[in-house]
Amino acid sequence: MIRARMLPLGVTIAIFLVAWLLCWLQFPNILSTRVIGNLLTDNAYLGIVAVGMTLVILSGGIDLSVGSVIAFSGVFIAVTLRDTALHPLLVFALLLAITTGFGAAMGLLIDRLAMPAFIVTLAGMFLARGAAYMLSIDSVPIQHPFYKSLQSAYWLMPGKGRLTLIGVLMLLAVLAGMVIAHKTRFGASIYALGGGEATARLMGVRQGRTIMLVYAFSGLMAGLSGIVFSVYTGSGYSLSTVGTELTAIAAVVIGGTLLSGGAGHVFGTLVGVLTMGLIQTYIVFDGSLSSWWTKIVIGILLLVFILLQKALMRLSQSRLAQAGDPP
Amino acid sequence: MSLIGRLAPQLIALVALVALVTAVFPGFLDISLSDGRLVGPVIDVLKRGAPVALLAVGMTLVIATRGIDLSVGATMAICGAVAAHAIASGWGLAAALALALGAGGLAGLWNGVLVAVVGIQPFVATLILMTMGRGIAQLITEGRILTFTDPGFAFFGSGNLLGLPVPAWLWLATGATVALLMRRSALGLLVEAIGVNRRASALAGVNATVLLIAVYVAAGVCAALAGIVVTADIRGADANNAGLWLELDAILAVVIGGNSLLGGRFSIAASLIGALIIQTIDTGILLAGYPSEYNLVIKAGLVLVILVLQSPRISARYRLWRDSRRLGREVRAAGGGRP
Amino acid sequence: MLLTIRSLSKTFPGTRALDAVDLDLRAGEVHALLGENGAGKSTLIKCLTGAYRRDAGTVTLDGARIDPASTREAQILGIGTVYQEVNLLANLTVAQNLMFGREPRRWGLIDSRAMRAEARALLAPYGLQIDVDRDLGSYSVAIRQIIAIARAVALSGKVLILDEPTASLDAAEVRMVFDVVRGLRARGLGIVFVSHFLDQVFDLCDRVTVLRNGRKVVTAHIAGLDRMQLIEHMLGRALEAGIHHDARADTSPQRPGLLRFDGIGRRGVLEPFDLAIGQGEVVGLAGLLGSGRTETAELMFGIRPSQSGRASDAAGPLDLSSPRAAIAAGFGFAPEDRKTEGIVGELSLRENIVLGLQARRGWARPLPRAEQNRLADDYIARLDIRTSGRDKPIGELSGGNQQKAVLARWLAMNPRFLILDEPTRGIDVGAHAEILRLIDKLTRSGMSVLLISSEIDELVAASDRVIVLRDRRHVAALEGPRVTGDEIMRAIALDGAAA
Repeated sequence: MIRARMLPLGVTIAIFLVAWLLCWLQFPNILSTRVIGNLLTDNAYLGIVAVGMTLVILSGGIDLSVGSVIAFSGVFIAVTLRDTALHPLLVFALLLAITTGFGAAMGLLIDRLAMPAFIVTLAGMFLARGAAYMLSIDSVPIQHPFYKSLQSAYWLMPGKGRLTLIGVLMLLAVLAGMVIAHKTRFGASIYALGGGEATARLMGVRQGRTIMLVYAFSGLMAGLSGIVFSVYTGSGYSLSTVGTELTAIAAVVIGGTLLSGGAGHVFGTLVGVLTMGLIQTYIVFDGSLSSWWTKIVIGILLLVFILLQKALMRLSQSRLAQAGDPP
Repeated sequence: MSLIGRLAPQLIALVALVALVTAVFPGFLDISLSDGRLVGPVIDVLKRGAPVALLAVGMTLVIATRGIDLSVGATMAICGAVAAHAIASGWGLAAALALALGAGGLAGLWNGVLVAVVGIQPFVATLILMTMGRGIAQLITEGRILTFTDPGFAFFGSGNLLGLPVPAWLWLATGATVALLMRRSALGLLVEAIGVNRRASALAGVNATVLLIAVYVAAGVCAALAGIVVTADIRGADANNAGLWLELDAILAVVIGGNSLLGGRFSIAASLIGALIIQTIDTGILLAGYPSEYNLVIKAGLVLVILVLQSPRISARYRLWRDSRRLGREVRAAGGGRP
Repeated sequence: MLLTIRSLSKTFPGTRALDAVDLDLRAGEVHALLGENGAGKSTLIKCLTGAYRRDAGTVTLDGARIDPASTREAQILGIGTVYQEVNLLANLTVAQNLMFGREPRRWGLIDSRAMRAEARALLAPYGLQIDVDRDLGSYSVAIRQIIAIARAVALSGKVLILDEPTASLDAAEVRMVFDVVRGLRARGLGIVFVSHFLDQVFDLCDRVTVLRNGRKVVTAHIAGLDRMQLIEHMLGRALEAGIHHDARADTSPQRPGLLRFDGIGRRGVLEPFDLAIGQGEVVGLAGLLGSGRTETAELMFGIRPSQSGRASDAAGPLDLSSPRAAIAAGFGFAPEDRKTEGIVGELSLRENIVLGLQARRGWARPLPRAEQNRLADDYIARLDIRTSGRDKPIGELSGGNQQKAVLARWLAMNPRFLILDEPTRGIDVGAHAEILRLIDKLTRSGMSVLLISSEIDELVAASDRVIVLRDRRHVAALEGPRVTGDEIMRAIALDGAAA
């Protein structure tokens, strides 16, 4: 028997495969390692930030600040590398400490003030974007030699596809997210909080600590995503990645995670990100479709997934009601 | 609770903010008459605050039902594109307005049906249109910025009526009309009832489904008005940037207005003051001569301070402190006996 | 002595919830904690489990003074609690729930295989052999309750507090849970049992402590008590003579018909049934939980529309496809679950009372404030709703007063047919009698009532006729002299005992 909790994930994967098949029928090239490598590289920053978002959403929260944090990270790295002689690795460490602390601070506020995560992270979104503006309102190029080597680091796959460093980084982030979500007590606490705060507290979840940590993790992932995005674009710009938080949320939902928390899989999020990437790739391949179709198709896909989850939930509920009689 | 009592925190915040801005930029409260129109920073706040204020009116109702509407910014873009398209095609002013308002209503209907009939969480349901909306707007404008030169339509963005800018009149009138409609009819009570407990209200005979759809339609129509204002102001429809992120400002305005995101009791007047607070921050920072880079950080800081002061836990603490003081007084008054 | 409580006190602003309460709990006993609503039972339990801090007094567990600051600390000290609403998470698996916070780990990561094995081992003594990898939500409430007990015992192991654990179980499930509790008693645990069901107290418990108004009234062995004494302790006065069935016997059995339901039913919910209701008649619905009582009401009121048959009155067929349609047909429905289906918590008492009337008038015709005030004051006086004012948020009133407010909402609409689902559930005995008197008064003025109750005495006292349900079917109708507790019990219990 397929377990009810695995069903949304199964559907997510099935839709992705069907979509790929359809694309492949029209453009056989889409199955090449070159396209796959690009898919991973182009969506690396989104995938990483979506892992953090998945955990936040599983805990029953939301983090609207991540798009701004990515932009801040890029500007911070670019400006620091321009104005100081610090090694990029040191700058990365500094940045990750800042973004993790920023996330932790938001988590602390959400818990201590009993304020909705939506509002606190909205303020965080303004703050991080504002901080990026204060560092620089122009696009700052990064010309450190270390960056050149980061950008050119890749493994050649059979068929000339390039598995880039940042693509691998995303896969590692997904793996880390999976381990945290499914294999640690912290992960169990996240699911518990998403299932019901009051009950979770009674079961011994340390709510304040868990909430703080989950937003800290999201901040960490946003910082990492910022690093990856700066490697990807070779610059830092305070106006970049506006609205990425909503794209990430969409990817999480398409990945089969319930937005109300407590149910979902980190792996599904990866599939969600890749599905969205696939749509974009298709539109590029087609060439005649305008870019706005991407938004419309992603919107339709969101709708399909949400309706599907709704239908699945109804189905399992009615089955439970029918089987509910004999204990 | 009296109206003034309900609005006191927001009014105090607004007055304090105005005082702060005036201290840094003494000319903030200056108003002069030129060409039969009032000019001055305050008038500017009233005009520029119009889109967020208009959105906040509809958003207040949606939030009162325990919902949220993320799509209003995208709806503004759609309605602006529709209006501009109609004007540019020479269908006339009336048709343009009607089509834009109709598009807003349709967008609201879509959200309302997803929330009330299909039963999708409002956040997700409206996220769909938020994602798709700008794509649809671009579909209408075909990716260009649709410009036009119709003085009749431009009047809604930059015109003047009895000295005040038309956008200011528009949000004042919309806010007053909706607030009166809510309080003079039973709508306010029914909306609050479904916001607090939809199931119990439906069992008591409240038509929750229709009411829910209606509030999303109202939010859509308010977004259409806001879309008309911004499109008329720049005399062009910019599908990419019209109303971009304004849904967040509108939600913020409602929350600063002391309305709970968990639904229930609402005040449109308080949301409108919230919108004015946001616009005063924006305009004030500009006037005070800070470089615009500092804008967002200062805004975030101020918003955070206001929200922290209003947060449930802090206000609960304040109530506890107040009650225990009152209890103490009563006990003393009763000569140490129990009340 | 396992647990000793001496002079425990707790004060909230405005009320003294507990006033120098003593309690002793022995190892290997089930100790009932009884009292009306507001007697201080929940406060006492919360002080024990660390949810509240006490103001004064001592608690000694196994000879050591304790003062738990959190639920977690109480659990570690050895005090575990199981609540009425199962305090586990439906979105986690059974194994995750059982082992939560104590998951076996290898190299810092949770070892799922070991966790499953430990979970199965934990459940074995309870005779539960279930798939521990399935979501908890896919199991029945009774099984979840046993899993909750297993978790509490595994975690704490000295004192087990059961706070109304049987409130939403049927008789077979109650037996299942009680067997588990008896097993734990034999293992030497001290068990505190809180329940509204006196039968269950007599069935299961060794001793009983009664609280009233925050004070301890008595602690006694169950064996030396009878029901009347226990109720007198709880109420602090002798029980008023209730309304007996013969009190309604003088009303004419030949009532004019009001409503007919012919073949109303819904697949998977309720077998089609026929029912005629006379004017001024009280029809009782008896049956175990899950037998289809509430479902009957939901079909009649259009919450789950019927798929077959028709409803009619003297004038012709009725549309009962939604609650609004049913209300238009002159129906009213006070649901069992007051909190989620009855009251609108944040709104005032006045607004709650006028809500139904206002919804029927439509939004465009608001009730003038003066009229609202008059209505609210009228019903506050008539139903004796205890409140500091009509504009107090209804969520701040006690359960009994909330129930009266929901009744007032319907009475204000003057329905001809009122469905009451467990109108006295969870409210104190005084308000209980008042509500039964009110039902009697209403029907004498011509209103018809469908009374759903799991208290058979209540059905006998208040009904003209009792319909008995079993397995989602109407199986018997008892009338006149046959409306007795024995007959109802027999119809509920026996197979094929159709009238």
